[in-house]
Amino acid sequence: MFGQLGSPARSVALPALAVTLVALVLPLTDTLAWQQLPLSLLGPLAVAVAAGAIISRRAAGIAGGFVALAGVATGAVVATWIVHADSLTGHVSWGFWCYVLALGLLVWRSMSAFSTVRSQRKVLPQIFRLLVPGIFGIWLIVLWELIVVGFGVPRILLPAPSMIGDVFVESGSMLTADFHQTVIRSVIPGFVMGNVAGFLIAVIVERVMFLKRGLLPLGNLISAIPIVGIAPIMVMWFGFDWQSKAAVVVIMTFFPMLVNTVIGLSESTNIEIDLMRSYGARYWQEFFRLRLPNALPFIFNALKINSTLALIGAIVAEFFGTPIVGMGFRISTEVGRMSLETVWATIAVAALSGSSFYGLLALLERRVTFWHASFQASRN
Amino acid sequence: MSQGTGNSSTVVDITQLSLAFQTGDGPVHALSDIDLKIRSGEFVTLIGPSGCGKTTLLRVIADLETHSAGEIKVNGVAPEEARLQRSYGYVFQSPALYPWRTVEQNVSLPLEIMGRPKAERRELARHYLELVNLTGFDRKYPWQLSGGMQQRVSIARALSLEAELLLMDEPFGALDEITRDHLNEQLLRLWEKTSKTIVFVTHSIPEAVFLSTRIVVMSPRPGRVIDVIDCNLPTNRVLEVRESPEFLEIAHRVREGLRSGHSYDDD
Repeated sequence: MFGQLGSPARSVALPALAVTLVALVLPLTDTLAWQQLPLSLLGPLAVAVAAGAIISRRAAGIAGGFVALAGVATGAVVATWIVHADSLTGHVSWGFWCYVLALGLLVWRSMSAFSTVRSQRKVLPQIFRLLVPGIFGIWLIVLWELIVVGFGVPRILLPAPSMIGDVFVESGSMLTADFHQTVIRSVIPGFVMGNVAGFLIAVIVERVMFLKRGLLPLGNLISAIPIVGIAPIMVMWFGFDWQSKAAVVVIMTFFPMLVNTVIGLSESTNIEIDLMRSYGARYWQEFFRLRLPNALPFIFNALKINSTLALIGAIVAEFFGTPIVGMGFRISTEVGRMSLETVWATIAVAALSGSSFYGLLALLERRVTFWHASFQASRN
Repeated sequence: MSQGTGNSSTVVDITQLSLAFQTGDGPVHALSDIDLKIRSGEFVTLIGPSGCGKTTLLRVIADLETHSAGEIKVNGVAPEEARLQRSYGYVFQSPALYPWRTVEQNVSLPLEIMGRPKAERRELARHYLELVNLTGFDRKYPWQLSGGMQQRVSIARALSLEAELLLMDEPFGALDEITRDHLNEQLLRLWEKTSKTIVFVTHSIPEAVFLSTRIVVMSPRPGRVIDVIDCNLPTNRVLEVRESPEFLEIAHRVREGLRSGHSYDDD
């Protein structure tokens, strides 16, 4: 289906060129036309050249995608320069927004070109698979920057990405200290303890029938307790430092792991179990050679769920008392000081660490449970 | 009946065996008053319609099910003891290979549980994979193999225990007829080569007559033995034997037995 996108994708280049031409006729800002700011013409020029190359079929397929990408990159740099130019912030006009629309059309062109790669060739499809979401993400950030600066949105409502980037440069050591306090000292120990405990208890529960009947419903009850209720209690019990945050993380991660492991350990089919029985296998022989491998997909599911839960838990718990460091502490105090760009920078750190944690677990899962049906679909 | 006349020893000895499952609607009599002796080197097939308890009987021999009355000895001891001595290999209806293990690791699974050293495990696994014509597939994973190949791996796995007795529960039931014919021939060669005692469950009359030295015809609910038919076709039989008059005569007798068993039933 993607292989047929070639011609509609090419037709996107035509409106891109048309919109660029329209943009040049319209005013660039409230007071200026494009030609009064000669350097700005570089942008529309780059877009027009790229679109023209695609329309004239000089650049087709993936080559067209790269040409579009080059056009967009040049155009975006120029656009960012325009909105940041002195006295232009908050004053750009229709001509500028038409030009941004043309950039968007070219982004579309390049992304649809790279999306077809998988069905066309086998070499390096992985890189292209990462390229498409990468382009999309960067384009969203550029758009965010252009809109916020171009319309002059107050930084309290939404700071521009460039302002958030400044926080990373100027307060890098503070963000690093927060990351260390929250992720390294609270999330990781809590995550490890909660998951290990959940797993071990699950192994016992799976063996003892009355625990399976009695403990699991109770577990669901406890997992329904809101974290904002449990966090202050943990602070009372374990003090202000990381121990109370780790305790919250333990509580949040324990039950997903318990429930998933119990389900996973009973996943083996009757025939698989009979087979072990016919060999006169002892309990632990059967456990390590049959039940545990069958439970692994469920265990990894719990780990992935818990990786996000743990970070949320630790950050929220820091709202209820903490030493003067930590991501949750930073968010709550910087909101009070109206320093929203610092809040956003902290959110970015949280998002990055959360998704890389998740990504690592997903990679490990692929390695360990490669045999599972969910990973074989792509192979057959 | 020609039981106990030969000088070969009795591997499975069943007397007056019954089995009732307790269900919500009261007991279900799966097996009733079964008498059966299986001697060393025999190829005995249990045949009957679905629900006649032929699989249950095989599972009682394997100690995967416990009888409620009567007596059963496997290799002269109770089934549980026989199971713990690893005195049989069991081939299930589906291959039940563990997908996280390679073919070789699957075949050597029972040896691993028995605590055999690694070199020996490898050697035996290779040997039995060769016996089922799967040389060169040892490093593949089960899901990379066809259904027929998977079942052959599971037969190699059952053989790797090196037990005297092989219990097979409709092992080819899920395969297409061409594959099935092929595997029937291979199994017969295997039986001749290894001189194992095989108890084989099926509901296919041609399969039963083609493979067996003796056919036990069973009736449904409660499962009883209706007829025991000696099957004296030549030992090195090939598929063509199925057109011979002897073959058709035995098949006819099996069919008659199955029909008489059915007449007791309403359905």
